[in-house]
Amino acid sequence: MAHENDLNLKATELRLGLPGTDESDDMVSTANNNKRASPESVDDSELKANSAAKSAENETSSASKSHIVGWPPVRSYRKSNLQPKKEDSETGMYVKVSMDGAPFLRKVDLKVYNGYTDLLKALESMFKLRIGEYSEREGYKGSEYAPAYEDKDGDLMLVGDVPWDMFMSSCKRLRIKKGSEAKGLGWAV
Amino acid sequence: MSEDEELPDLDGGAARSINSTAVSGGGGDQNYVSPSPDQVLENVLENVLYFLTSRHDRNAASLVCKSWFRAEALTRSELFIGNCYSVSPGRVTNRFKQIKAIAIKGKPRFSDFSLLPPDWGAHFANWLRAMAASYRALEKVYLKRMCVTDEDLAITAHSFPFLKELVFVCCEGFGTDGLAIIARECRHIRVLELVDTDVTDDEVDWISCFPDNVTCLESLIFDCVETPINFEALERLVARSPSLKKLRLNSYISIRQLYRLMIRAPQLTHLGTGSFNTSEIVAQSEQEPDYLSAFAACKSLICLSGFKEIIPEYLSAIYPVCGILTSLNLSYANISAEQLKPVIRQCHKLQTFWALDSIGDEGLQAVSVACKDLRELRVFPVEALEDVEGPVSEVGLLTISEGCRKLQSILYFCQRMTNAAVIAMSKNCPDLVVFRLCIMGRHRPDHVTGEPMDEGFGAIVENCKKLTRLAVSGLLTDRVFKYIGQYGKLLRTLSVAFAGDSDLGLKYLLEGCPKLQKLEIRDCPFGDSALFAGLHHYYDMRFMWLSSCKVTRQGCEEVARQLPGLVVEVIASGEEENETNEYVDTMYLYRSLDRPRPDAPRFVHIL
Repeated sequence: MAHENDLNLKATELRLGLPGTDESDDMVSTANNNKRASPESVDDSELKANSAAKSAENETSSASKSHIVGWPPVRSYRKSNLQPKKEDSETGMYVKVSMDGAPFLRKVDLKVYNGYTDLLKALESMFKLRIGEYSEREGYKGSEYAPAYEDKDGDLMLVGDVPWDMFMSSCKRLRIKKGSEAKGLGWAV
Repeated sequence: MSEDEELPDLDGGAARSINSTAVSGGGGDQNYVSPSPDQVLENVLENVLYFLTSRHDRNAASLVCKSWFRAEALTRSELFIGNCYSVSPGRVTNRFKQIKAIAIKGKPRFSDFSLLPPDWGAHFANWLRAMAASYRALEKVYLKRMCVTDEDLAITAHSFPFLKELVFVCCEGFGTDGLAIIARECRHIRVLELVDTDVTDDEVDWISCFPDNVTCLESLIFDCVETPINFEALERLVARSPSLKKLRLNSYISIRQLYRLMIRAPQLTHLGTGSFNTSEIVAQSEQEPDYLSAFAACKSLICLSGFKEIIPEYLSAIYPVCGILTSLNLSYANISAEQLKPVIRQCHKLQTFWALDSIGDEGLQAVSVACKDLRELRVFPVEALEDVEGPVSEVGLLTISEGCRKLQSILYFCQRMTNAAVIAMSKNCPDLVVFRLCIMGRHRPDHVTGEPMDEGFGAIVENCKKLTRLAVSGLLTDRVFKYIGQYGKLLRTLSVAFAGDSDLGLKYLLEGCPKLQKLEIRDCPFGDSALFAGLHHYYDMRFMWLSSCKVTRQGCEEVARQLPGLVVEVIASGEEENETNEYVDTMYLYRSLDRPRPDAPRFVHIL
């Protein structure tokens, strides 16, 4: 019902917009970004084709309700206090990162990274060190540091051994190991 | 206006002659010698500038002439940086030498709603470096939406031995490690406040890090810190902090623990109750503490908040203070109208009330009857979704407007609204300064008439002559912007989402609102020609944010070209750089006195 009224008003209104631009009003808000609403949005005026490439990266959850990032504008800590925590794109996947010998922990959001290369580059610049090349057999060569992580079972694993998605879901904490401990991990795999 | 305005370039020579003529104008006394310009300046310094505390007044004074500029720079002790990127830290420390208090704001507000990718910037470290070198006497630091690390906190503690106040609002990036350092090393800390700030759990008992002797703590606010607390240490800390007036606890503090703290600190004026829940299962035989008497002992308690996991039956414990409360925040308490009524009907001095919409229109009715002095109301949604029923509506808004005539500020989340109710509020509450209405369903019209919400918001800008902040929602055409441009002459802050039909909407705003400082817009069909309509005004604004609109990269580049003093950021929110997108994801522009920031991440393009 709301949309019928919507269209009537638009039909009779004098505007300076180009003819035919009206239909695309709402498409802009949802089309161009993989974090916006999925194509199955409530709004009738959308017949978007462009989002095909992006929809693969869209949140998969939104079959019934469309989910717009940041709407309604309620801060996340207000939502999480009152409802069971939802693992959606708004909440990051934060894990603590510690480095042997460094006094402070840092925090990274795993969702921000595309894959291992991205993550390792970020760790390198965060802690000002070089991590070296990964190989399945020999772990991280060429540096005294090796990135490790604690998984759900509390085991210490070498970063890179499992596919990225599996790593994202099982990584609870990152630890950058130094020296002989780093070598030890490489062989443990 | 703040620090980030154009610095004047006036001739000091002319000023000198003005001074001397003014002084030597009167007097036939032959022994009278006109004071030298330096002496005049000294008088000015001593008698006038010393008393100027308002930054707006100081900004005006600094524009008089070069001597005044210098004098003002030497005597200013409080600094307000509205946008951390509008001016470089170096320029600030070069101009002002005696700063004792600094406030810095970083990320734009829409970052609160995940519209800004992480690692965008606003790193405190850049400012800290400059401040540590220049402002050893610094006493107060206030940061909003800044990224602060544990290292930053360590440097802060070491660089400012006289630090008295540290306030973080909507910040992130540090953890309890950093808090431990502050507690341990800031010997003069009086105020430590963490508000809506994300603090990592580094598994450090930071409460135990405060020194063992009597502290000078006046305010300790950590209700947003979601980590367990060493309660015994906290209890001892409160016991040895006789000046403590403000204490806001986190949800790890049970109501029994709250009791123990309250009886040690009856002098509190501001209390955040923590969970207001029992963590343990209380045995039948065990005596429940007398919560009523604990509240009764707090004769000065005027501001109450917390109730993070409330057991509603305990709410009656606060009756003894209801009659003196001026501020009550129940916005984490999922309670019904029936549970609210016995409390609220006693709160006749209440000026600020925050609640969840679980109280419904009926609860708001009770508020409107009891709280005749109400100045600020915020109603938050229990379910922040679009397609639910929603317990508050235009009925609640109307009844509030009829009962609370002194209302100055309102934030109201609802699922349905009518123009009539909004128009009524515009007439009943002429003192409104802040009107923020969020109809959660996008493009929702007046649910009775089916009309857009243009007339309602139009009435607000027309009738509320003191309005400076507005947030609009619901189905809105270009007409509402015409009204805002026509009547919103004092408007400084405006939030717009899913509204408007064409470029005209934004044009009306940019051409009509001379005081507009902060404009944040998302998902509206505003394009390049609207963008150009604001070229005359962008230097006078703190920022403008446009996301998911119809602005192209070329349009943004054109603005950047025409206004070299503006920083125009194009922010990609997707993980990949999508060159084929016609419109930019997000454009964020702000004036800057210095070169664009060097710390922009790869997804931010500064044009």
